[in-house]
Amino acid sequence: MAEALDLSIFVKREGGNAHIDLAVEGVGCAACIRKIEGGLKQLPGVVEARLNFTNRRLAVDWREDELAAVDVIAALEDIGYRAHPFEPERAEADDARQMRFLVKCLAVAGFAAMNIMLLSVSVWSGTADMPQETRDFFHWLSALIALPAAAYAGQPFFKSAWGALRARAVNMDVPISLGVILALGMSLVETATHSRHAYFDSATMLLFFLLCGRALDHAMRRKTRAVAANLAALKAEFAHRFEGAEVVRVPAAALKASDRLLVRPGDRVPADGVVLNGSSEVDESLVTGETARHAVTTGATIHAGAVNFSGSLTVRVTAAGTGTMIDEVERLLEKAVAAKSAYVRLADRAARMYAPVVHVTAALTVIGWLLAGASVHDSIVTAIAVLIITCPCALALAIPTVQVVASGALFRTGVMLNSGDTIERLAEIDTVIFDKTGTLTLPEPRVDNATDLDAALLQRAARLALSSRHPLATAVAREARERVPFEGATEEPGQGVRATIDGTEARLGSAAFCGIANIAALTPGASTIFFGHAGEHAMLVVRQTLRPDAAETVAALRTRGLAITILSGDREAAVAPVAVQLGVKDWHGGLNPAQKIAAIEALKAQGRRVLMVGDGLNDAPALAAAHVSISPISAADITQAQADATFLGDRLHPVYSAVAVSCEARRLMRQNLWLAVIYNVIAVPIAIAGFVTPLIAAAAMSGSSVLVTLNALRARRAS
Amino acid sequence: MNVLIYLVPIALALGLTGLAAFLWSLRDGQYDDVEGAALRMLGDDDIT
Repeated sequence: MAEALDLSIFVKREGGNAHIDLAVEGVGCAACIRKIEGGLKQLPGVVEARLNFTNRRLAVDWREDELAAVDVIAALEDIGYRAHPFEPERAEADDARQMRFLVKCLAVAGFAAMNIMLLSVSVWSGTADMPQETRDFFHWLSALIALPAAAYAGQPFFKSAWGALRARAVNMDVPISLGVILALGMSLVETATHSRHAYFDSATMLLFFLLCGRALDHAMRRKTRAVAANLAALKAEFAHRFEGAEVVRVPAAALKASDRLLVRPGDRVPADGVVLNGSSEVDESLVTGETARHAVTTGATIHAGAVNFSGSLTVRVTAAGTGTMIDEVERLLEKAVAAKSAYVRLADRAARMYAPVVHVTAALTVIGWLLAGASVHDSIVTAIAVLIITCPCALALAIPTVQVVASGALFRTGVMLNSGDTIERLAEIDTVIFDKTGTLTLPEPRVDNATDLDAALLQRAARLALSSRHPLATAVAREARERVPFEGATEEPGQGVRATIDGTEARLGSAAFCGIANIAALTPGASTIFFGHAGEHAMLVVRQTLRPDAAETVAALRTRGLAITILSGDREAAVAPVAVQLGVKDWHGGLNPAQKIAAIEALKAQGRRVLMVGDGLNDAPALAAAHVSISPISAADITQAQADATFLGDRLHPVYSAVAVSCEARRLMRQNLWLAVIYNVIAVPIAIAGFVTPLIAAAAMSGSSVLVTLNALRARRAS
Repeated sequence: MNVLIYLVPIALALGLTGLAAFLWSLRDGQYDDVEGAALRMLGDDDIT
């Protein structure tokens, strides 16, 4: 059926041309770039088509009077690629700007560090026979490079430190900023007084190393966010909206209150609404976790995310007023999120203790040397050496480098992190709470008895099912290996689908439609669909099935000493068999969102650290209330936004990887912190005693940073 | 030592040129699609 599609909310107008961003599926090789760009440029009206291979996005500009956005997508479909309109998020643009700024700072710091080092090495190696004028010239030149470079490249640290100080707090950037500013200021004084040594090199080197860490960390997080945003575009929902008598397909994001929608069987309900017309059964498993279907008729309220099963519905979108499901969930979310922000990161916690110690030590060094009768100048130089050598470079790198390497390892196993401190919190858990529907089970129902059926017969049924939009048929169609529908297949609404295969008629649908006696003894949560062809027939049981590795993963988590609990919104009768199958003794069914939170709060009150794994809209507040949370990528948007991490694919194993890699990462973070501490314990007394010049301090500091970074690389192995 | 008067500025100028070139390439968006750039050179361009 050709139906109008309205993509206007995604199209931007710039200088007379229209522009759209698309997330493209199936781009995998060099040839794809040419095929897509070449194919689009042949369309009349297309001005520019540029595919970004790194993030699989396509930007198209065209003259609007000659072409519509729909034509662009249709043309891509003809070449063999599915494209999804895409609304680049504001956060992503900010992110890109931030990244660019960090790289600019890195380049400036790198330039400055290299050139100053060049000058310093000659001063250092030629001290004995270098005339004072030449030395001063080199020092002034270094100052000329270092001061503007540090003023520019130091911004990320200075801003962050200033922000922390204004909030009357101390973070890692405070000692860094202080060290850099003091070293630069002291060097200027040294240069002006024609002294032998200046420390411009140490200051710029320090900035360069720190910026490397920051930029890497940022790049990793950006990559994760881009992939997540593409996936969101891929599963973006469309709605059928009545415009007069016509039905137009619009993106669900374009819906407004009081729009009238047509929801056909097999469609997902795109917005909360009231049924104006029609009756049907809806599956609200994504909303409540309940797997049994509800009957709805005129006047009933339905929630976004529910799947319409049997009949067509006309729905009026309700205003985002109070009392809707989403509203309730958001209210609970706000409370839970506020509770969690109190968490302090390990690095900042370390800084809180470390910074005062460093500053006090440096101050005591000055006072000590002054009391011992040293000159003001010598005392301050020694104090700077102490500051630089303790400058928490190793400490600053100890944690971010492990985080970057660990999140890279997790990314490869299909786990994407949403927040920076997820790894630290994951490593602390002692209890795992699973939701059932869509988390322990696959998000979509499958044919449960596929292995008991004749393979050839099942394949025929599956190919026939490709011609139907009914949710049960969709589940059967997932079994099809060859995804080619039979020709001339026709669907009888509410009954089934039939086609002629090899000269005889095949039918897939209700028992009556297939002429088979319904012998099903229904188990809870299961539905049956029948297939008959040439005297053979089969009953296919469709139900939510467990993820293929659910039992192994749960067992593996248990061997790590974690307590496992299942909290489900589904009926107890549906939860019990799953709990038995997984060997989980502690389970509860029929819970609403508030009860889930209560259960988590009860565990927290016992001092437990809870990992919540869930996907439903009803899980979102529980995810926020837990110490740390993971949701599958199939989860409702609001839920995913709330989770600290998301995982891809049909398997549950990424949850285990996430925990295992995080524990390994925490071990390495601690090791790194110890390395940094040991280094300080050895180096600081020597520095205080005045045996270390700032240049040696800078070299030692760089050495410890490299050591810590190399150690961090070991986090790769854990996955 | 007079040689330093012009050698050092030349060295600095070269360094600054490199920095400027890098900043220009960054602004030009040459690092926006690093993987794509590696693959694009493999395609044959039609000479028109």
